[in-house]
Order: sequence, then C-alpha cells, then structure tokens
Amino acid sequence: MVSAFSTHQPTPGPPRPASLPPRLTRSVEDRVVAGVAAGLAERFGIDVVAVRVAFVVLALAGGSGVVLYLLAWLMVPRRDASASIAAAAVRRPADAGHLVALGLLVAGGLLLVRELGLWFADALVWPVALAAAGLALLWREQQQDLAASGRGGAPGPPRPLALAGRQAGLRVAVGVLLVAGGIGAFLAANLDLAAATEVVLAAGVAAAGMALIFGPWAMRLARQLGEERRERIRTEERAELAAHVHDSVLQTLALIQRTDDPATAARLARRQERELRSWLYGERAGAATAGGTERLRALLEAAAAEVEDDYGVTVEVVVVGDRPGDEAAHALVLAAREAMVNAAKFSGEPSIALFAEVEHDAVSVFVRDRGVGFDPAVVPAGRRGLADSVEGRMARLGGRAVVRSAPGEGTEIELWLPGGGA
Amino acid sequence: MSADGPASGERPPVRVFLVDDHDLFRSGVRTEIGHAVDVVGEASEVDPAIEMILERRPDVVLLDVHLPGGGGLAVLHAVGRADPDVRFLALSVSDAAEDVIALIRAGARGYVTKSISGPELVDAVRRVADGDAVFSPRLAGFVLDAFAGVPVPLADPELDQLTAREREVLRHLARGYTYRENGRRLEISVKTVETHVSAVLRKLQLSNRHELTRWVADRRLL
Repeated sequence: MVSAFSTHQPTPGPPRPASLPPRLTRSVEDRVVAGVAAGLAERFGIDVVAVRVAFVVLALAGGSGVVLYLLAWLMVPRRDASASIAAAAVRRPADAGHLVALGLLVAGGLLLVRELGLWFADALVWPVALAAAGLALLWREQQQDLAASGRGGAPGPPRPLALAGRQAGLRVAVGVLLVAGGIGAFLAANLDLAAATEVVLAAGVAAAGMALIFGPWAMRLARQLGEERRERIRTEERAELAAHVHDSVLQTLALIQRTDDPATAARLARRQERELRSWLYGERAGAATAGGTERLRALLEAAAAEVEDDYGVTVEVVVVGDRPGDEAAHALVLAAREAMVNAAKFSGEPSIALFAEVEHDAVSVFVRDRGVGFDPAVVPAGRRGLADSVEGRMARLGGRAVVRSAPGEGTEIELWLPGGGA
Repeated sequence: MSADGPASGERPPVRVFLVDDHDLFRSGVRTEIGHAVDVVGEASEVDPAIEMILERRPDVVLLDVHLPGGGGLAVLHAVGRADPDVRFLALSVSDAAEDVIALIRAGARGYVTKSISGPELVDAVRRVADGDAVFSPRLAGFVLDAFAGVPVPLADPELDQLTAREREVLRHLARGYTYRENGRRLEISVKTVETHVSAVLRKLQLSNRHELTRWVADRRLL
C-alpha cells in the first residue's frame, strides 16, 4: 500500500463552473409595484415588459396574476436583503406575531379585493394557492442546494450528506404533493368535463413551454451540483486521510527517528503497520472493536498484537471463519496467547504463525514457530508452565491441546475446542 | 531450503523479470535472489513493463500488485493475451483478499507477501517456473474461507468445491508449513502436494463461486 501513498498527489480541482444567472431577487431600481417582474425578467433573461404583460393578463383573466404576484413578493427577497419576507418571518420563531400579522394582512387584502368584485371563483383560488405553496417549497429546496454547494463565497461547513439528502427528499416530496393536490383540487372543483379537457390541454401546453424555457438551465444546474458534490466528497476524504496519516504514521516515524534502539524501532514500525493495515483493509472502526461484542477473529488478532508489542516478534494471523466471542472463545484466546508467548520466549525465532479455523462442529487453533524446538518427553524447566496451563485450560473447556515439537524442528501447539461457529 | 525446491543444479537458472515501482525493493530482491536466478530486467511502470517482458520473454515475472498506471492487473492482461507462456508470481504488501483473488483469477500462478525471505522467494519462483502454484499462508486462508461450507446450489460441483485432501493441504499451508513439511505431515510426496495446490489454483481461476466473484466485483476489476 506504500505505493498508494507515494503516488498520491494533490489533484487540481475541476474548473469552476461558468457563472449562473444571478439569484432570483426583487429589483430595487426598476419597479412598478414591488420589483417582482423586473427581478424575474433579469433572472431568466426575458424582456421585463413581457413579464409585466403576462402578470396583467393573468390578473385580468380570473385574477391569478394578483395571487402569484403577492406570493412572489412574499417569497422572493429584495435585491439588497438576504432573505425574503416570508423566510425572515419563518426563520425567527420569536417573531411569529410578525408572520401572523403578515398573513392577516394578505388575507385582509384579498378579502377587500373580493368585496370590490375583482374576484374569481373560489374553486380557482385555493388550488392555485396550494400549488403555489408546493412550488415555493420546491424552489426553496433548489436555492438551498445552491447555497450548500458553496458557490460565490467561502463554503459553509459541509453538511452530512445522507441527512441532508433525506430532509431534501422529504421537502421535495411534500412540495410535489402540494402541487399535485392543487391540480387535483382544481380538476375536482371544475369537473365540468368539457372545461376540464380544456384546462388539461392548457396546463399541458404551459408545462411544455416551461420545460422548453427552463429545461436546459435545470440540467446545467443539476450537472454542476453533482460535480461540486463529488468534489466536496473528494476533499473530505483527502482531509480524513491526511488527518489519519498525520496522527498515526507521521507520529510513529518521528518516534522512530528519535530512538536509538533497533528493537524499539522495529516494534514501533510493526505496531504502526498493523494499525495502518486494519485501517485500510479491516472493517472500519465499530463492528470489530465495539466493547464486549468482539468476535473470535478480532480477539485473536488483538491477542497477537499484544504479544508482538510485548516480545518484539511478528505474528502472522490467518483466520478462516468466525464465531461469537463467548466465554469459550475468550478462554481459547487466552490459551492461544499463552502458546504465542511461549513461542516468543523460547523458540529463538522472531516470527510466529497463528492459524485458526472455525468449522461447523469445532474450532482449531495452531500456533507454530520454526525455532529450536524441544523434546516433549523431556520438558525443560521453563516449559512446564506451557503443558500445565494450556493443556489444563483446554481440558477444562472440554477441548484438548497437543504439542508437537522436536529439537531443531520448531514447535506447533494445536488447540481444539468442540462446538462450532454460529 | 533449496533441497525443498525442484532439482536446481541440472538446468539453466530461471529467467526472472521484476516489476515494482519501488527502486529500493527491486534492488533488495535482486540482491537476495540474484545468485540463484537470472534477473533479465526490471520495470517500474505498466507500459514499459509490458514492452520489455514481451521482448525478453522471461520464465517468471515477479509482479507488484499496486503499480501506477493500471496496477499489476494491467500487465497481466496485456502480457497474458500476447504470450500466455510467461508465468506470473504476484508480490504485495497488501492483505486485501480482493486484490489477491483478482490477480489469481487474471492468471497469476501464485501470491506471496513482500515479507517473504530470500530463500523462500527463490523457491517460490522455481515452483512457478515449473508451472506449479504458490500460496502464501494468507492466500491459503482466503481460499479456505471462500470455499467454506456447502452452498446451494453448486453450479459446477467439480470446480466449486475443494476435496478433503485439498482442504487438508491448504490448512497446512495456512499453518505455515512448506510443501515438503506438508508432504511429510500428510505422508504424501512433494509432487503430490504440488498437484493438489495446482488443482486448487485451477478451481480458484475457473470457479464461479459467489464469494470469488463478489470479491472481484467489489473492486470492479474484471
């Protein structure tokens, strides 16, 4: 894996995306009522006169233009303000009174207009209001995405993507539901079949027009967002890697450079290698190391690591299968640890092999060294402990331990325990 | 250790090519095995490696798994297509099962870790040159894991299952036994051990067992 590091070079970020149209705002300079028409025109590059004419026509043809204009006034921020009136009201919960007042004001204005006879069927107003609320939600979602991608300023703290995704999904779903509800309510209230077909046709035409106008822009936006999101993830990963390398590898290298004792240096290097390996290839922290729930494989690896650290040897651990870290497993690991310690102390060889296999009806562990060996029939004084403790331990578990050794041929200790992995 | 390998005195030394992007490692390997084999060239990148291997036709290529420009896998694929007679022994510091399995399935005849000793490496190179397979203890462990249990249904029982004898041989390899020690323990000849390991290699390369394909698919390497 060293190669992965040495070839890792900072890659230049992708070219910054071409500038988007400015965000939707209400114009301050060019306004007749609240600057909505001019803002829209500027945002989408349409002639402002066309937008105004559209509003007037919609207002005269049933009055929906008025409702739309009012909503836009509430939802779209002024050029020189950071948030829309509605957003500001919602963002400050302490100012709920403000929001209520605003709502009453709007309702009062609408009622006044209605009294004056400049009104249209209720069957039209409510579906439109519903749909508008849904659209507002959808639009707000899009604007947040833009903000989150950190365009045109310092990127904010990265949001946890999964969480943001779920919330966004929920908001989009609610928005779509509201729009669909509005359309449904409209159709239900105007179930005059002939009119309904006409309305559906008109809506279809309008939708097609919208798609033509906004489609390319929406696609470009989506692409840019995807790119920036990927870049953000890459940056975060790189930062995580750098942090890890700094905390572990660089610290260890510094320690190694300061030590005069080759044994200590080797031990530090080996510990770091183990740690880096488990970080690169092992299950990420959690499952394997959660206190008390470790399985046999993790327990054996931990025991081997301890022996490596304590005795300056290397233990090659190969485990096939796994089983829960129950009492028997812990006892088995203790016996294996003793066998490893024994090999580290007496074999005279710096490397030990540990092989464990979990089968359906039994677990076997083999601890082997290629050291001096001994004649099991003539046990040296220091080795009494091995036979007693390991064999005794295994016997108490209902298993057995077998020691195979001969002078000059190394030693292998086999531990066998009935009862398999589950 | 040399007595453990095939008879070495009666034939010209094995011609070996080194592919590794670490200069220090290459020179270390050359020093350690140079007296016993004929190192005919070395390369540190994928494209020069392919070119020089096809030009010099070594018996065995010692191939690093991680290489800039496509990894050892790219070399294996390109050379394997042009000259299937060149044999590969993969060499890595990586313990990742999917790395190793992918290389074996692409045609490498063995896998050893870089911590292997000089004499053991010479032994492994000779085995691969003879067309046998070389499994490190860890690879033997992977294979036992991948072929563990009896899944339902077996697409090809002959390829998707290990025989009891093959499992026994792999277990001893995983325990750190050499081929010769393995044979002595099981009371079979070294040649028979080699035959069993080669059979396992074949199954490893051809079987479609779920665990094998999953390992490879996880890395989208094949």
